Amino acid sequence: MENLIALLIAAPLLGAAVLLVGGRRLDAVGHWIGTVLAAVSFVLGLVLFADLLGKDAEDRTLTQHLFSWIPVEGFHADVAFQLDQLSMTFVLLITGVGSLIHLYSVGYMEHDERRRRFFGYLNLFLAAMLLLVLADNYLLLYVGWEGVGLASYLLIGFWQHKPSAATAAKKAFLVNRVGDMGLSIAIMLMFTTFGTFAFGPLLGTHEQAGLAGDATEGQLTAIGLMLLLAACGKSAQVPLQSWLGDAMEGPTPVSALIHAATMVTAGVYLIVRSGAIFDAAPDAQLVVTIVGAVTLLFGAIVGCAKDDIKKALAGSTMSQIGYMVLAAGLGPIGYAFAIMHLVTHGFFKAGLFLGAGSVMHGMNDEVDMRKYGGLRKYMPITFITFGLGYLAIIGFPGLSGFFSKDKIIEAAFAKGGTEGWILGGCALLGAAITAYYMTRVMLMTFFGEERWRNQPTRSPEAPSAEPAAEHHGEAASDHVATATGEPHPHESPKVMTIPMIVLAIGSVFAGGFFSIGERFVHWLEPVTGYEHGHPPVSALTVTLSTVAVMVIGVGIAYAQYGRRPVPVVVPRGSLLTRAARRDLLQDDFNHVVLVRGGEHLTRSLVYVDHTLVDGVVNGTAASVGGLSGRMRKLQNGFARSYAVSMFGGAAVLIAATLLMRAV
Amino acid sequence: MNPVNYLYLAALLFTIGATGVLIRRNAIVVFMCIELMLNACNLALVAFSRMHGNLDGQIIAFFTMVVAAAEVVVGLAIIVSLFRSRHSASVDDASLMKL
Amino acid sequence: MSFPLLTATAVLPAIGAIATAAVPAARRNAAKSLALLFSLATLVLAIVVLVRFDPDGARYQLTESHSWIADFGVRYELGVDGIAVALIALTALLIPFIILAGWHDADPLETGSKRWRPTQGFFALILAVEAMVILSFEATDVFLFYIFFEAMLIPMYFLIGGFGDRAHEHGEETASTQRSYAAVKFLLYNLVGGLIMLAAVIGLYVVAGNFSLTEIAEARANGSLDMATNTERWLFLGFFFAFAVKAPLWPLHTWLPNAMGEATAPVAVLITAVVDKVGTFAMLRFCLQLFPEASKWATPAILVLALISIIYGALLAVGQRDIKRLVAYASISHFGFIIMGIFAMTSQGQSGATLYMVNHGISTAALMLVAGFLISRRGSRLIADYGGVQKVAPVLAGTFLIGGLATLSLPGLAPFVSEFLVLVGTFARYPAIGIIATFGIVLAALYTLVLYQRTMTGPVKPEVSAMPDLRARELVVVAPLIVLLIFLGVYPKPVTDIVDPAVKQTLSDVQKKDPQPEVEAAK
Repeated sequence: MENLIALLIAAPLLGAAVLLVGGRRLDAVGHWIGTVLAAVSFVLGLVLFADLLGKDAEDRTLTQHLFSWIPVEGFHADVAFQLDQLSMTFVLLITGVGSLIHLYSVGYMEHDERRRRFFGYLNLFLAAMLLLVLADNYLLLYVGWEGVGLASYLLIGFWQHKPSAATAAKKAFLVNRVGDMGLSIAIMLMFTTFGTFAFGPLLGTHEQAGLAGDATEGQLTAIGLMLLLAACGKSAQVPLQSWLGDAMEGPTPVSALIHAATMVTAGVYLIVRSGAIFDAAPDAQLVVTIVGAVTLLFGAIVGCAKDDIKKALAGSTMSQIGYMVLAAGLGPIGYAFAIMHLVTHGFFKAGLFLGAGSVMHGMNDEVDMRKYGGLRKYMPITFITFGLGYLAIIGFPGLSGFFSKDKIIEAAFAKGGTEGWILGGCALLGAAITAYYMTRVMLMTFFGEERWRNQPTRSPEAPSAEPAAEHHGEAASDHVATATGEPHPHESPKVMTIPMIVLAIGSVFAGGFFSIGERFVHWLEPVTGYEHGHPPVSALTVTLSTVAVMVIGVGIAYAQYGRRPVPVVVPRGSLLTRAARRDLLQDDFNHVVLVRGGEHLTRSLVYVDHTLVDGVVNGTAASVGGLSGRMRKLQNGFARSYAVSMFGGAAVLIAATLLMRAV
Repeated sequence: MNPVNYLYLAALLFTIGATGVLIRRNAIVVFMCIELMLNACNLALVAFSRMHGNLDGQIIAFFTMVVAAAEVVVGLAIIVSLFRSRHSASVDDASLMKL
Repeated sequence: MSFPLLTATAVLPAIGAIATAAVPAARRNAAKSLALLFSLATLVLAIVVLVRFDPDGARYQLTESHSWIADFGVRYELGVDGIAVALIALTALLIPFIILAGWHDADPLETGSKRWRPTQGFFALILAVEAMVILSFEATDVFLFYIFFEAMLIPMYFLIGGFGDRAHEHGEETASTQRSYAAVKFLLYNLVGGLIMLAAVIGLYVVAGNFSLTEIAEARANGSLDMATNTERWLFLGFFFAFAVKAPLWPLHTWLPNAMGEATAPVAVLITAVVDKVGTFAMLRFCLQLFPEASKWATPAILVLALISIIYGALLAVGQRDIKRLVAYASISHFGFIIMGIFAMTSQGQSGATLYMVNHGISTAALMLVAGFLISRRGSRLIADYGGVQKVAPVLAGTFLIGGLATLSLPGLAPFVSEFLVLVGTFARYPAIGIIATFGIVLAALYTLVLYQRTMTGPVKPEVSAMPDLRARELVVVAPLIVLLIFLGVYPKPVTDIVDPAVKQTLSDVQKKDPQPEVEAAK
């Protein structure tokens, strides 16, 4: 059974290789190859899942050792996999949602002439993501970690003839690289402290405690903080969050799969996986919770101000991952809930993104919500699935998001002390803002006036409106034809709506299903450990207040966007709104400090290299050259002047000899 | 006769030759002056041989004569070919050998 | 007497050089095929060396020893350890690709141009460089090594100065001036380095009485040859200076961007992937073995210089406007990593550094050769002259991206393994230097992706709209390199197995032990 683990990764990897190397002759069938291989991986995942369920809770770990990867004196890294409950959860999420999104993309990317390549990249992503969660040591995890970064780079920049897409892709990769730096330093620290970076010996198993417990708290805090830096990069947490909004330049299925459901949650995986390290480093844990709390508010605020539907959802993703990171920072009382929220979020956020993609599909790729409105009549399935996802994310009682988010808020309060109150307060406030901005998205898109009537879909003053024709590549000639006129909203084809329906079902029932008898927590408990948190107020109070703030958030949004018409032209807005539209000035800061500063630094270094470093050498050469130039004048070519110097020299020599004699 | 007088004569001849080399432009004349200097040296060598009573100086004088003969062959050939190409035997015209 | 395999490996390309040069001018294509044939035959011999070499056997294997200049104790002594074997294999592997990539680089120019381009000469010189590089990897006699270390400058000088890109943005006249400048700069830097090394070589002879690396190293190890501390340091510096020029290490690096910028792409690969490796190899073989104490004494200073190289090279690469110069500065950054790994004095660092030499050779060859194909299509080296190439030539762009990703050490590709080993090895002993060096990986991503973005993405520039994609010959050059990059990234064991014992030996020469993990040590 263990041998299936490698196949799990091999299937999509094979797909990527075939599709990318195969060339044009696979254009006709490429997308189906990709989809089938993703599905194969999912089926393998299910088989392994059934196998795990058949075992005792404590024995649900499969390992597979493939080969020795880097065998150097004193340093050993293997290509080996470990499948436990935590990895299994991720495998099912990745391959399940991944397969659905492959299916969706068949329809979504139909008009793109480079569809084969798109599926190749998607398969590459699946393989890398599976490697990330299945690796049994940090170095192999790092391969997957950068592999998903590469896939994300390729997919964000998929329409790379658009400069904005190419720039966004580069930015995502670079910001992620800063995080990767953290991961590689963390691995180096592990190596020097413990002599290993494999999960088994380091983090411990049921039989044997890991080495992590033997290190000093300072060492563990350092490792923890470096892991957190890595998580911040990958999961778009403050201060490395700036790439996620721009990453929406990629095709919408990519946003759904990579930038909502799976890749961006890798940071949460990393923290939960490294629980043994964090548990012994309370300072690092505190920083994790702070980062989570700050990001959940940051993302929520940004989400409120965006008019671009995808960017609003991106802000929301950032914020929801903030919840997960916050929960992961709480230790054993939060790990399981972080992962549970991660899974439910995977369902509803992927569903929301696919819904947004469906809306864009029907609206000539318009992304500005101010030019939507009243779409529920034209896209009933999209409306219903999107609506269910919406109810799930705001935490409507009974739906997935309610169960998972409520537990996180409860756990935050349970941390105890002032910290508990502050973190819990932030989480509650975040819940209110979530309800607000999601209601805003819902109202602006599906309700209200049909603002797209008599509106050309492209408008220069729209902050994020993209040239519609370009959005689907040059092959989309039918889009070009209609792009300038009024859009004709229509429901998407079945191949796109079916995945949305499946995800909507997940968003409705997953949370409740997981919570019955705390089965999700018990499933993960052998890996992550579990401790029941005791909030200072009763759990019921927390739940009630969560629902209350949600109602308040929805109410405010309704008052602003439901009862009043939405202006098509962007209002000026308050100072905070304007800052939030610009991602709370993070990009401006980056631009001024890093980009400008970097440009000046490199430019002056180029100058220094040319003048100073090279100049010293060239200067020596020039002075020697100058001296010899002077000397050269003595050689005038006249034989008689040479004779004079000879005679002169001889005379001087004789005179000198005589003088020496005389003395 | 005092052999020192031969040395005076040799010095005189050498000086005449050296002056000729320095002030004359015609390559043939310069060449003759060089020969004069060589022969002044020969005279001095023979005189020294006589003064010190051994034969070394005379042997070297013979060497010098052979070298001078070889030099005349090569030198005249150069001068003739120079004259052919430049139609002048002035040494100042041949000043191309410089950097 | 057994067959002199090492001599044969070096002599074969030398014969090839003579044979290629002797082909009459009218049959230039035959000369190309002949050169390719000889380089492939050398590759076969190198593989035989690789197979015959036993990683767990004696330190120097396949040795040959003959008296040469008996009066000075100079001997013709050859022998290879694991590090040398790996580098000989790399050299023999890359030369056929270099020849194939430069297939048309030395064709006579269109009628009307007065420049003389001896096709035979180009290929003969490449083979001559190969012969000398292989001999300097094999030589275990210091004097013998010195001769080939210096002699390879002559063919390199002509390769840089004589053959430039087909087209140049400033016209033929300027191109020729810049080319001679670059060639002379290359020659002068390396000659000065070589001169100082010669003084040190003579000094070593005065102190030790012979030139044999094995004898001196042994005498040093068992204490029968004692050097005064200062003598050892001066001699070390003399050797190190020459190698640091060749490697090149900051601040002796400025010849590299000029040379790589002006030379054709295959010659640039020859410089950075093959010839420069002799410098880093010699640090490992000569500096550490002959002068263990002085090496330890100089380590902090060298590590700082290496660190500066890493960051400085990467920053300058970001600021370049010329594709080839960008790759050159990236190489300076990578050489910083190699030197850092060598002088970190840990087995991870030195294994990583050796592996890095091999991987850097392959990855730079891939990136630079594709860049050369790109440049030959458009006739410009300036990044700003490109844009949107991905659209018209997707295979070219794809291979360029993979070459770039290898340069930024993406995990899964070969350079990652070596870079991480170097970082870990350095970090284990010098945490601060290790952490600062890690910034290099962010900067590497920056210059690579900026290069890719500006040349390959965005709207298609009119000048590149008719650009043809990679041709069959070019694909034959690039595809094996890419396969090798992926293979060695996933399974570097074949190389580490060969390198590891040699590194262990070197470390025991300098009497350094790896730092032990703190927690395990406490247990």
